[in-house]
Amino acid sequence: MVKKEDRMATIEISCVEVWREISNYIEDEISPEMRERMETHFKVCAHCTAVLDGTRNVVSLVGDGRVFQMPDGFSKRLYNKLQKLP
Amino acid sequence: MSTTRSQLRSNEAELIKSVCAGEREAFYELVRPYERMIYATAFSVVKNPADAEEIAQEAVLKAESKFSTWLVQITYNEAKMKLRKARPHLYESIDDQQQTEEGDFWPRDFADWRPIPSELLEQNEIRQTVQDAINSLSPSYREALVLRDVQHLSIKETSTILGISEPNVKTRLHRARLLLRDRLAPGIDGSWTKGQPYRKARAW
Repeated sequence: MVKKEDRMATIEISCVEVWREISNYIEDEISPEMRERMETHFKVCAHCTAVLDGTRNVVSLVGDGRVFQMPDGFSKRLYNKLQKLP
Repeated sequence: MSTTRSQLRSNEAELIKSVCAGEREAFYELVRPYERMIYATAFSVVKNPADAEEIAQEAVLKAESKFSTWLVQITYNEAKMKLRKARPHLYESIDDQQQTEEGDFWPRDFADWRPIPSELLEQNEIRQTVQDAINSLSPSYREALVLRDVQHLSIKETSTILGISEPNVKTRLHRARLLLRDRLAPGIDGSWTKGQPYRKARAW
């Protein structure tokens, strides 16, 4: 969590507000002002930085094609099924 | 009659294969039997031939560019139907529990989670852990996450397929990501906090 004196120096954005906008930040769907406020916050708040890094890692992790592997032979079976249509 | 129908279906199967391969002519052949149907549908709404034709054309163009969305949507609906038939009680109860999207999400874990080494994903155990974590999400979160973050569909496509608004997709996605982070952050054996930087799946 941000210490009180740090929070005063970061244009008054709370951790809860940062968490709320983490996905929008990652997707680059926030205003430049909000981005700046969040980045100022990340510099002084290790917890929020951990949440940001972790959320990014989650997106990278689940988006990696290797996580969801197709069952062996799926494509061939589908093709065969299409071939057998009346 | 049944012969005609089965012939049409057989042709469609061939055409769908061609369409998937990106053949525009094939798509046209796929749509042709339904020209009257789409025109009449549009006309029934706007009651104006010129508008109806324009709408029918736009619909076909959209259908072409959105073939994958359409296919995914059919798949999604099919899957939902199967779940309802097989486990109606379970389905209802899960569905009832998932509408808790109001209020802020508070992360539980603040462990420093550095980038995950790409080679870790070669391990079955790691892949299984990630899949289990995804499976543990409630259906509404899981569906949004799989369509958007796993399949890389756009927010708009995800909203079309799930039949929910784009802000709703964003909310579910956000919660799904934070929940997954909480569940995966501690890692499996601590190895996620060291090693080479993980190559990002998306270029942001």
